[in-house]
This record gives sequence, structure tokens and C-alpha cells, in this order.
Amino acid sequence: MLKAMLGEAWLAMGANRLRTALTMLGMIIGVGAVVIMMAIGQGAQYAVQQTISTMGSNLFIVLSGSFTTAGVRSGSAGAPTLNVADANAIAELDGVVNVSPTHQGSRQLVYGSQNWSSQVLGTTPEYLEARAWNVVEGAAFGDSDVRSATRVALIGKTVADNLFNGDNPVGKTMRIQQNPFIVIGVLGSKGQNLDGRDQDDTVIIPLSTAQRKVFGTPFLGSVRMIMVQADAADNMQRVMDATTSLLRQRHRLREGQPDDFFMRNLSAAAESEAETTRTMSILLGAIASISLIVGGIGIMNIMLVSVTERTREIGIRMAIGARQQDILTQFLLEAVMISFAGCLLGLLLGLIIALAINAFTGMVIVISGSAALIAFAVAAGVGVFFGWYPARKAAQLDPIEALRYQ
Amino acid sequence: MSDAVIRVVGLGKSYATAAGLFPALKGVDLEIQAGEYLAIMGPSGSGKSTFMNLLGCLDTPSTGDYYLTGQNVAHLDKDALAGLRNRTLGFVFQGFNLLPRMSLQDNVALPLVYAGFAKDSRRARARELLTKVGLGNYAESLPSRISGGQQQRVAIARALVNQPRLILADEPTGNLDSHTSEEIMRLFGELNAEGITIVLVTHEADVAAHAKRQVRFHDGEIVSDQLTGSGA
Ligand SMILES: Nc1ncnc2c1ncn2[C@@H]1O[C@H](COP(=O)(O)OP(=O)(O)OP(=O)(O)O)[C@@H](O)[C@H]1O
Ligand SMILES: [Mg+2]
Repeated sequence: MLKAMLGEAWLAMGANRLRTALTMLGMIIGVGAVVIMMAIGQGAQYAVQQTISTMGSNLFIVLSGSFTTAGVRSGSAGAPTLNVADANAIAELDGVVNVSPTHQGSRQLVYGSQNWSSQVLGTTPEYLEARAWNVVEGAAFGDSDVRSATRVALIGKTVADNLFNGDNPVGKTMRIQQNPFIVIGVLGSKGQNLDGRDQDDTVIIPLSTAQRKVFGTPFLGSVRMIMVQADAADNMQRVMDATTSLLRQRHRLREGQPDDFFMRNLSAAAESEAETTRTMSILLGAIASISLIVGGIGIMNIMLVSVTERTREIGIRMAIGARQQDILTQFLLEAVMISFAGCLLGLLLGLIIALAINAFTGMVIVISGSAALIAFAVAAGVGVFFGWYPARKAAQLDPIEALRYQ
Repeated sequence: MSDAVIRVVGLGKSYATAAGLFPALKGVDLEIQAGEYLAIMGPSGSGKSTFMNLLGCLDTPSTGDYYLTGQNVAHLDKDALAGLRNRTLGFVFQGFNLLPRMSLQDNVALPLVYAGFAKDSRRARARELLTKVGLGNYAESLPSRISGGQQQRVAIARALVNQPRLILADEPTGNLDSHTSEEIMRLFGELNAEGITIVLVTHEADVAAHAKRQVRFHDGEIVSDQLTGSGA
């Protein structure tokens, strides 16, 4: 019976091809929009998650500020107020699993006839741990390198590509500000960070070497930044508070004096970024769904016209024994078929466009089976929802009235 | 109870018009036994179609009762009425009323769809009936490709497909020439010979002459009811 009705629905759709196609177009555009928007939204979410996963978890940084009070040592702007001893003290706090003091700046690198400007970062081996950053070729430096300030360097992939251009960098000597450094390892690729900076455009050297040979800090042991990793996300705020009071105490800041350092919760920033993309993704989907509803209204409109046009046919069917539910099913099937076919084509169109966007703009897109499934379920729902009223109208016609209709 | 296929008691129908209620049928009593062949006659506007629509369960009476095979249809819901239209009676219209987009075979088989038959048996039965009305070779044609007389035969095949006890026909030859009418009437005669009860409306005396009993309507009332020579 259902099979016979499907066949009839197919015939009815074919009887007015242009109209059916135009009605379907509404669904095609609606579903296509949903697929594209979801692909883009989920792609953005995926990209952010990728970035966050390259950052390391439960991290915050302490940045040195400049002297702001008229003290004995009247500060030169940007002078570091943090030092290695601060870092060691922070490491003793409860809930801290990793502390890495860093000193960084942009420097020109030279290898043979090539040169390249990059971010040079002096730090301790703990930094690589906190960032979960592995060395893919060669090996990392150790604590002894930091203690004796050896001139060794780990380079990011971008540096390896641009400065060494095909040569194997490991074991080669490059210069950072006239000082020769031996490249002992190449870092794994991390891509862009949340600010869009290329994290692979980096050279990592021992902290002591950076302080003495590259940056020439005014006070021995001073650092620009300390990265701290807490043991758990729940513990972040507590550890940050403890760090603040510890540093204020160590820097002998009196009540009322402002901090001479800044703190930034990297994980929270990442979380809020992730939240933003999630919201954006939902918003995109919601806007696209509106076109789906418009498509549904198109179906309803055409079904109403169709019911009116076919009033006599409905009367004939009733006269030979069609029950109300038979008529209802027939028109509902037609609506759902239009909706389904539109959905299928819309899915296809959405996929093609999403792939084209990816191919031409490089934007990350994610096409998930669940998104397709949702679009399908919604389309079927739209067909039933918007097909229901016209179908019910048809089913409730009076047989003799319908037969008399001209 | 008697084995009356149709029994109406005080059956009346009024239409709501701009000028108020118009009584098209004014309390008709009639009994039709199984196997009868009855012609309803009367001038235009005398209420024949109104009466037939009530008998066909297409419309509901304003007053009175209608017993179809002993069952008071006033007590039935819409689905049960659809079931009666589907299985107990077959209705033949003046204008044929075939579905234009369907093949003749599918048209004939349509009542079987609503009766829940499987595709194979639907097809076989539809073929059988098309052959019976002499159109076995036209199964795949569309209604627009055949003549009016042929269309009416298809409509009769459709009315017969679910093996009803009763055929109701409202001016089945009204749109046909006299020669084609003769053929249709011969078909009705054969069906009646097989035991099917037939009630038809006609304006033409020579058509009515095929029936065994003639009932004459006037102004919504039965004015005469007599057996004809062929039935006597
Ligand atoms: N739906 C309706 N609304 C109002 N009046 C109606 C309706 N149907 C029929 N009538 C009126 O009822 C009366 C009987 O109509 P009916 O169609 O039963 O006559 P009939 O005997 O079949 O006539 P004909 O021989 O012309 O077919 C007529 O006067 C007609 O105008
Ligand atoms: Mg009439």
C-alpha cells in the first residue's frame, strides 16, 4: 500500500516538474546553507581546538613590567622585574607542576649566505614539557646546558625551512648576533597560535645563554616572562593568586602599590576563544536553519495549491473507498518526498560548495556525518510539519463537495 | 429481516441555499431486494442525484434512515462509510471520473489499493475486469486515449473490482450516444444476470426499459414504482 502510494506521489511530482523543482529549490538552498554553515562553524571549532592542543594545558604566564615607583633604582622602561629566583620560588608553591622562565626577543639569524629574522627564546628544558613540544630531529638541551650556558639551539620548522633550505640543520652552526650556535634539534610543528602568530618561527636556546650572549640583560638572571603550569584546571585561580602574593612579597611591594608584573591566563583565553567559535558556529547554523524554514513554507504553499487543484481527484478517491488517513498519507508523502529529494540535493550542493571553499580559500572545514544526519532529520521534519496542514485539509474534505468541485 | 440490499425510511435531504433550506428530497421510503435491477426516472431537479448520493454514502441525509445490507449507515463513522464505498457498493458517474494521469489498469485497481491488496493480485484482478468489459488490450493506456463509451466501461470495471453486491449509476449513459449506451446497458444486464443489484438513474425511456423495475421521482418524492415487462 505504501509502495503504491510512493509511486503515486512520484507521479504527482512528475506531473508538474517545474513547480516541483522550484519547490525543491527552497529545500536545496536551505539544506545546502545548513551544511555549508555547519562545515565552516565546525571547521573553526576544530581549528581552535587544534591550536589549543598545541599550547599545553593549565598554563598562565607572568610578564615583567617596568618600575613604576620612584625607587632607588629608577627604572628604564621595559626593564625586567622578574628573575630566575622568582621562578624558583614559584616552583615551590602548591599545585605548580612546571615553571619555565623565559627571555625572548626578535633577532636576526645567519647561516651561510642566508639570513632570517625570528623569535629567539631563552628558557629551561621545562618549557618544552609544559608546552608538550617534542623534538623531531636531533635532541633537546638539558639542565647542564642551562648551567654552563652552552651555545646550542633548537629551531622551529619555519626556521629550518627558511634558513637551511633543504639542508639538514642538525649539527650545523648558525649565528645569532655574531654568536655561533650549534643547532642540536628541530622542533615538531605547532602551527599558528590563537593570535595567529607562527609558532614554528622560533629558536629556543638555554636561558643563561640567552641572557648573557643574546639579550645582554641589565641584571644577571632577569627574565621577561615566567610560564607556570598548574596541576589542574580547577587549581588555576588559586595558583595565580598565590603567585601574585608571592611575587608582591618578594618584590617588597607595599599595600596600595601596583603590581610590577602582569599575569595572563592562557588556558582561560583559549577557552573563551573556543567558546566564541562555538557560539559563532551555533549562530551560523541557526541563521541557515531559517532558510530551511522558508523552504518548508514553500512546500506548504505548493501543497495547498495542489490540494485545491486536485479537489476533484480527492473526491473520486473518496468515492471509491479512500479513507481520510489514505488521503492524508498521500499528500504527506508527496511533501516529504519533495523535502527529502531537496534535502539530498542540498546535501550534495552543500558538500560541493564546502569542499570548494576549502580548496580555494584554505579555510578549515569539517564535514561530519552527524551534521548531514541532522540536516536530513530536519528536512524530513520540515516536510511532515509543513505538509501536515495541507494534507489534513485534503483528508477532511467532504466526498460530495469534493466531487462537485470544478 | 428481509434480504433487502437497500431500505430507506423517510429519507430526506435539504440543501442550504441563499433563499433558505431547500428540500430536494422529501421523506422517501423504498426497499430494494438483492438482485433487483432498478431504474430511477424523473424530470430534472426532481432529486434523483440527491437520492443516489445518499445511497452511495457520499452524502448524509437530513432526515430519515438508510439501511445498507441491513446496517443503519447513520451509526457509522467516516472510515466505515469509506469501507462501504470501497467494498459493498460501486458507484458509476455520468462523467466517468477516471483519474487522468493513471493507466486504465491502475484506475481499475485503485479501490484495491485502499482495500489493502498486494500489487500482484491488484494487477491480476484489474486485468481480469478490463477483459470482462472488453478492454483487456488497453490496460496501459491513459483515459484520455479512449472514447467516452470505453471510459465508462473502465469506470464500471473499477466499480466492480472489489466485488460489490450493488452498483449505483447516476446517468451512466448521459454523456454517450445511443449506440454506445446500448453497449453499456447490455453490460449492466449481464452484471445483473450474475446477481449484482443495480440501481441506475436515466432520463431515457429506452434505457430504463432494460431495468426490471422503474421508480419515478417528482419534486423530491416517489410518484410511481412499477415492475416493467422485462422484469415481470
Ligand atoms: N449542493 C446543492 N445545493 C443546493 N441545491 C442543490 C444542491 N444539489 C442539488 N440541489 C438542488 O436540489 C434539487 C435536486 O437536485 P438533483 O441534482 O438531485 O436533481 P436531479 O433529479 O438529479 O436532476 P438532473 O436530472 O438534472 O440531474 C435541484 O433543484 C437542485 O437545484
Ligand atoms: Mg442528476
